Amino acid sequence: MSYKIVSKQQLSENVFTIEVEAPLIARARKAGQFVIVGVSNEYGERIPLTIAGAEPVKGTIRLIFQRVGKTTTQMADMNVGDSFGHVAGPLGKPTHVQKFGTVVCVGGGIGNAPLLPIAQAMKQAGNTILSILGSRNKELLILEEEFKIISDELIIVTDDGSYGRKAMVTEPLKELCRRNPKPDLVVAIGPTIMMKFCCETTRPMQIPTVVSLNTIMVDGTGMCGGCRVEVGGKTKFVCVDGPEFDGHQVDFDQMMKRMTAYRKLEQQALDAYQEHRCKIGLDQR
Amino acid sequence: MSLDEARLHELLQKQQAGQVKAKDRYEIPSQPMPAQDAVVRRSNINEVALGYTETQARLEAMRCLQCKNAPCVEGCPVRIRIRDFVAAIADGKYDEALAIIRENSLLPAVCGRVCPQEVQCQETCTVGRKFKDVDKSVSIGRLERFVADRHKGGLLPKIAPPTGKKVAIIGSGPGGIVCAADTRRAGHDVTVFEAFHKPGGVMVYGIPEFRLPKAIVQEEIDVLKKMGVKIVCNFIVGRTRTIGDLMKEDGFDAVYVGVGAGLPRFMGIEGEQLVGVYSANEYLTRSNLMRAYAFGKGSDTPIAQSKRVAVVGGGNVAMDAARTAVRLGAEKVYLVYRRSEKEMPARVEEVHHAKEEGIEFHILQNPKRILGNEMGHVVGIECLRYELGEPDDSGRRRPVPIDGSEFMLDVDTVIVAIGNGANPLIQQTTPELEFNKWGNVIVDEKCATSMKGVYAGGDIVLGAATVILAMGQGRIAAAAINEYLAKG
Repeated sequence: MSYKIVSKQQLSENVFTIEVEAPLIARARKAGQFVIVGVSNEYGERIPLTIAGAEPVKGTIRLIFQRVGKTTTQMADMNVGDSFGHVAGPLGKPTHVQKFGTVVCVGGGIGNAPLLPIAQAMKQAGNTILSILGSRNKELLILEEEFKIISDELIIVTDDGSYGRKAMVTEPLKELCRRNPKPDLVVAIGPTIMMKFCCETTRPMQIPTVVSLNTIMVDGTGMCGGCRVEVGGKTKFVCVDGPEFDGHQVDFDQMMKRMTAYRKLEQQALDAYQEHRCKIGLDQR
Repeated sequence: MSLDEARLHELLQKQQAGQVKAKDRYEIPSQPMPAQDAVVRRSNINEVALGYTETQARLEAMRCLQCKNAPCVEGCPVRIRIRDFVAAIADGKYDEALAIIRENSLLPAVCGRVCPQEVQCQETCTVGRKFKDVDKSVSIGRLERFVADRHKGGLLPKIAPPTGKKVAIIGSGPGGIVCAADTRRAGHDVTVFEAFHKPGGVMVYGIPEFRLPKAIVQEEIDVLKKMGVKIVCNFIVGRTRTIGDLMKEDGFDAVYVGVGAGLPRFMGIEGEQLVGVYSANEYLTRSNLMRAYAFGKGSDTPIAQSKRVAVVGGGNVAMDAARTAVRLGAEKVYLVYRRSEKEMPARVEEVHHAKEEGIEFHILQNPKRILGNEMGHVVGIECLRYELGEPDDSGRRRPVPIDGSEFMLDVDTVIVAIGNGANPLIQQTTPELEFNKWGNVIVDEKCATSMKGVYAGGDIVLGAATVILAMGQGRIAAAAINEYLAKG
């Protein structure tokens, strides 16, 4: 298996979309599932990424990632024709898709990527789709066109007001939830803090809210337990019990703390990589 | 000539004259395993036990009484003809010794290292019985390793002509490797599917380099490849393809499920979600498979940079985790176990090595809660002292907490090594299979499951197995698969 990159595009300053050869995954994947990728087979990290789309006939999957740490920086440096060391999946339980009625899809930043296939599947199941996409500014907004196609209504918000409304996603969310009849389901995917506040918004109105968690993982098959979160007071494993959970039950504060576990080491690895990259002139390209 | 060499020379001469008596054999001292210095090895990941010299091996082999009833064979899960291979070593016929082992075991270099011989072949050894000390038994495992290491890779077994039948092996751990080799030998077209990016299962992600060098596992995998077995990594059966897909669409006639350990158990106490609390599975996988020990020196895998570590549990995995923590630079490593040392399931050798490396044993103690700081990082564990009460279901004396005995251990990392539940993926995705209430696959004495053509073994069946038990089941399943495929 080669896991070759067949196309690559930069969506915003630090967000890239790539198509990767992975025929079996392309065939098997369903909305809401993810893969674990590694750049190198010997020394690399294994990182989980949601599958943003797939073309089963072509045998490719689409991944969207943000350049944050060393591995994602390395991925951003890879070009068409380069191959990953490994791509394993599809992992996690697929999204529960059915006709709910009206579904509000809330995406924040890179969260729009995992949200898209879910919104598409919900649309296909006959739901009315109300989408809210948020980002820090106009440049960082991704997948607007794709969401336009499937949304019955699309609301854009930015932190600085450079595009759409100047607001947090929770503001329009609150408005949509107050409509009569109220939405039947909310799907919120984005930074942990955003998902937390979306859940706080919908909780008083008792609107079921699904979130998709992207925790630290190793194997992705339920062996290591690194991805554990507390949901409804019980320990759950994101890789096999999730990645989607009832947002009203998730202990987000604890999850945010766990996400910081390796921050220092991650920075160290990134610094070392960038220094190396600079020396060999990669940054000149 | 060294003293040992002189002793061996004398014994061999006596042997030729047919004059070696049981008394002479009892007088040969049990040969110690040469090992890396305990201080030096704390800061490297190289193998600890270095292996017998030829003289040592032959002397050790001469200790064997060649009992007619060979009780050692009874103690071996795969029934290696131990008495005969030991005799071959005593005679200096190492190739012959290896050939005898290989009749029943495909992974002698692995088993010689990680089998719990002291509760298997060496427990029943007459020499040990005579001295009323299992440590004085003939060191069968060390002898097995000796011959295996002399012939790395070994001879390729004969492969029967192609049968046109396809066998899928799910999981490339010890059970999967044996099952793959045995079904391939029968001429079937065999593919091994592995979820990780490297084959070898627990021998690669779990058992550390210092106990089982990865190069040895790689050699076994290479042998499989040379035999024509296909190995497909990054393939999660149940997700990438289901067992049903493999059989109905991909043309596999039989499947062996050897997916290994599942969800790690936690204690269910306060603080287990804090940063710095690991399952042993995660800690060891990061360190072994993903080489966190080389972080900043080629590897990107982060792992806690611990100063003070508490490992909870008393099995081999707990010892592996504690000894790994030492090598990753921890200044203080505590091993916290709620029963007494006598009840520890870990091998005596591992306990001994752990102590030599400075790991502090806290027996008859158990964590009550884990404490964290405002950042959510571990800062300590509160433990309770225990005493032993009446025996429980396992026959071991039940540990009972002593009221008011709480005390604190200052640690920044806690590694929980108290076992695993069943792997949940196969159950989630294979409704046709029957499972027990713990989620383990139900099989008959031939390792056959409730699904036609599907066999299973190792941890997914037994809950927690050893390398040799998994191998034993892989072999039973392979025989059953070969029989099943021969019929239709």
